[in-house]
Amino acid sequence: MDTQNCFHCGLDIIKEDEIIFDAKNFCCNGCKTVYEIFSLNDLTCYYDFEKSPGATPQEINGKYDFLDNESIVSKLLEFEENSTAIISLSIPHIHCSSCIWILENLQRLQKGISTSQVNFPEKRVRITFNPEVVSIKNIVYLLSSIGYEPYISLENYEMGSNNVDRSLTYKLGVAFFCFGNIMLLSFPEYFEVKEYWLDQYRGFFRWLIFTLALPSFFYSASGYYVSAYKSIKSKMLNIDIPIALGIIVMFIRSTFDIVMDYGSGFFDSLTGLIFFMLLGKMFQIKTYSFLSFERDFKSYFPIAITKINTDASEESVAIYEVQKGDRLLIRNQELIPVDGILISEKAEIDYSFVTGEAIPVTKQSGDKVFAGGKQIGKVIEMEVLHSVSQSYLTQLWSNDVFQKNVEQKHKTITDRISRYFTPILLLIAFSGFVYWIFIDANIAFNVFTAVLIVACPCALALTAPFTFGNVLRILGKQKFYLKNALVIEQLAKVDTIVFDKTGTITANKKSNISYESSPNPSEGGEQKTVETDTNLILIKNALRGSNHPLSRMLYDFLPEMKRLKIDDFEEITGKGIKVKIEGNIIQIGSAEFCVPPLSVSSPSPSGRVGEGNTSVHIKINGVYYGKFIFNNQYRDGLEELFKNLSSKYQIKVLSGDNEGERSVLEKLLPKGTELIFNQKPEEKLEFIKKLQEEGENVMMVGDGLNDAGALAQSNVGISISENVNVFSPACDAILDANEFQKLNYFLKLSKNSITTIKMSFALSLLYNVVGLSFAITGNLLPLVAAIIMPLSTITIVSFVTVMSSYYANKK
Amino acid sequence: MSVIYLLISISIIVAIGFFIAFIRAVKTGQYDDDYTPSVRMLFDDELIQSKVEKPKVKSPTTL
Repeated sequence: MDTQNCFHCGLDIIKEDEIIFDAKNFCCNGCKTVYEIFSLNDLTCYYDFEKSPGATPQEINGKYDFLDNESIVSKLLEFEENSTAIISLSIPHIHCSSCIWILENLQRLQKGISTSQVNFPEKRVRITFNPEVVSIKNIVYLLSSIGYEPYISLENYEMGSNNVDRSLTYKLGVAFFCFGNIMLLSFPEYFEVKEYWLDQYRGFFRWLIFTLALPSFFYSASGYYVSAYKSIKSKMLNIDIPIALGIIVMFIRSTFDIVMDYGSGFFDSLTGLIFFMLLGKMFQIKTYSFLSFERDFKSYFPIAITKINTDASEESVAIYEVQKGDRLLIRNQELIPVDGILISEKAEIDYSFVTGEAIPVTKQSGDKVFAGGKQIGKVIEMEVLHSVSQSYLTQLWSNDVFQKNVEQKHKTITDRISRYFTPILLLIAFSGFVYWIFIDANIAFNVFTAVLIVACPCALALTAPFTFGNVLRILGKQKFYLKNALVIEQLAKVDTIVFDKTGTITANKKSNISYESSPNPSEGGEQKTVETDTNLILIKNALRGSNHPLSRMLYDFLPEMKRLKIDDFEEITGKGIKVKIEGNIIQIGSAEFCVPPLSVSSPSPSGRVGEGNTSVHIKINGVYYGKFIFNNQYRDGLEELFKNLSSKYQIKVLSGDNEGERSVLEKLLPKGTELIFNQKPEEKLEFIKKLQEEGENVMMVGDGLNDAGALAQSNVGISISENVNVFSPACDAILDANEFQKLNYFLKLSKNSITTIKMSFALSLLYNVVGLSFAITGNLLPLVAAIIMPLSTITIVSFVTVMSSYYANKK
Repeated sequence: MSVIYLLISISIIVAIGFFIAFIRAVKTGQYDDDYTPSVRMLFDDELIQSKVEKPKVKSPTTL
């Protein structure tokens, strides 16, 4: 087989569709056009940085008409003045250096753009342009035409100018500045040389160190004092209490030492400790800023919608301005943003976001249509019943589970340890103090502070951030994106896994299609089958013009054919299509549309193949040719995954569908898997809640909006997404659909990372014991502290990094 | 030997100068994106490259 990859997008080229241009092979016209644009503008080194970096441009006619609306545009802009405007657009396709290069050379493609800058980790491009020369709409069209369609949603609309919180970077900078300088200045003290000049300037050095320590102590470490105070107030002992206590005691003792001229104090260890801990924080905080995990309905809905005014003129209005009684125009593939009543005669609405069911529902004029449905086919008109905030979907979001504060939900492993750590530490400090006070009050004071200083759980506090930070990165590389480090701990605790069916364990896109020929041979006794080349060519060509999802699926399923000219095309909403090609009339659609009345009245002998199945019937030149049956396609590796999981976890499958698939699923899944059908979104949520009340730690794996409630309620909600950058409901983690079968590995890895943390806790406690033995005997010299502190930090950090990478490589 | 006061003050002033430069760099957003610039600097000589290597670089891959 000589399958080739498209020069532009890298997809396999289907022989019949291959386009050769400029001695390069392309899979479709779209890719070729992009290449043409680039080569005309001398931008072909786009292809030099990365092999086949592009994406096929999508049809976007009319989709961005709302960008003509001034008020919407001004909300999207970051900055606007007469001849300069800045907009920051999110472009999900950004993935390689070629992307960066082409997007930063936009000014060569479009006049009026002065500069553009890519932020790769956030997948955004910031474009500075002259609005008098080029409009936003033009820019968006340009981006789409080269395969970089921006993603604009209500979220952008409300964002406006964003404030980046850089305080941690500042704190880290200050801490490092103080730490570095103090280290240099304390060097003479370490060697305790009895040298005349050093003795002479000792006071100067010490006071300088003291001054340098102030910003680190008051500014950089401030987060720990606040956190410790909060945790005391809420009566939860977290790790920040001993840290804050250690820092403060260290500062007071060191100041005291300097003032009384006892010694140089521990300012070097103090600033070093603050610096390392902030470094750990920084490391952990680096998550996936280009993914939003707090998505609500806003990220699904378009920003603007076409409204029909009383004088029949059309206008783009922002969604929040839509009011009851307005008439809206919904185009093909547009999302219905509000509940309303259908005015047009018929509509096909795809509720897959809401129910997970991919097959569209037919609505008649006067029927209620709900927000979240996607219009398929012709343009429809509808009248608004509720404004956005009162629509059914939006109401689902006002459920309590969406308001909960995730931080409060769980106690971290570090916090659990520190609950014992803090009292024990105080006990040791006081008993040391009491023991020494009978011998020497001075030493007693020294011992007390030394214990608190040396036991300051720096290494302990660093363990979790570095382990989790590393695991987050490893998982992210495998396309499993976690919201934060807490999710790893939660994953390790899971004992029950609930799967949604449609879209989660079944693939949304590839349906398994089988053909069943006409059951009653027509006159002449000859069985009619479409499986002849001429018929298949006709069907394939007839389907090409149709946008109905079933047509698309069937189109993709049929092998590539020669293209024929279509003479006449008619799409009858809710029924099917009628196409005339080279004198043949082809009808494709529902049973009533195609099946001769005779065979409908006599049920076909083969019976209906499962209730839940959907089929498309074929009729060519008035002769019925049987039907194509669409079966659910389960994801690859599903059976094995469930087999592996079922040994360790309880598995349940929830579905919004009817029971049609029960027998198939029962065969596929291990015994004992609970299957529950006909679940509404609220019932899914209740189901999870009930499990949790029984003491289970539930992980929910789902996709569409219909699972949003259950995902939020569960301990860990994982959302499966075909396109990680776009649609997924609020959740704790987003998993790329192609990596679904790795779920077991991810769970194992999270368990192992908890083990890693426990091991390094033991290690850091060992350091504490060593340090304490110095402290309790009253021998803690600044030099000892200055050695123990970085040594423990470095060993712990390298230990956890090596361990977590080791576990990640172990399959 | 009291020159040490002078020397140390100078060194501290230099250090503070760098520190201010750091703060300003953060403020102008130079630390917001730590990946893209590393790629961007490799683009400098792209035009010459494209003219010379174009025919050679892309022979379509065969699976």
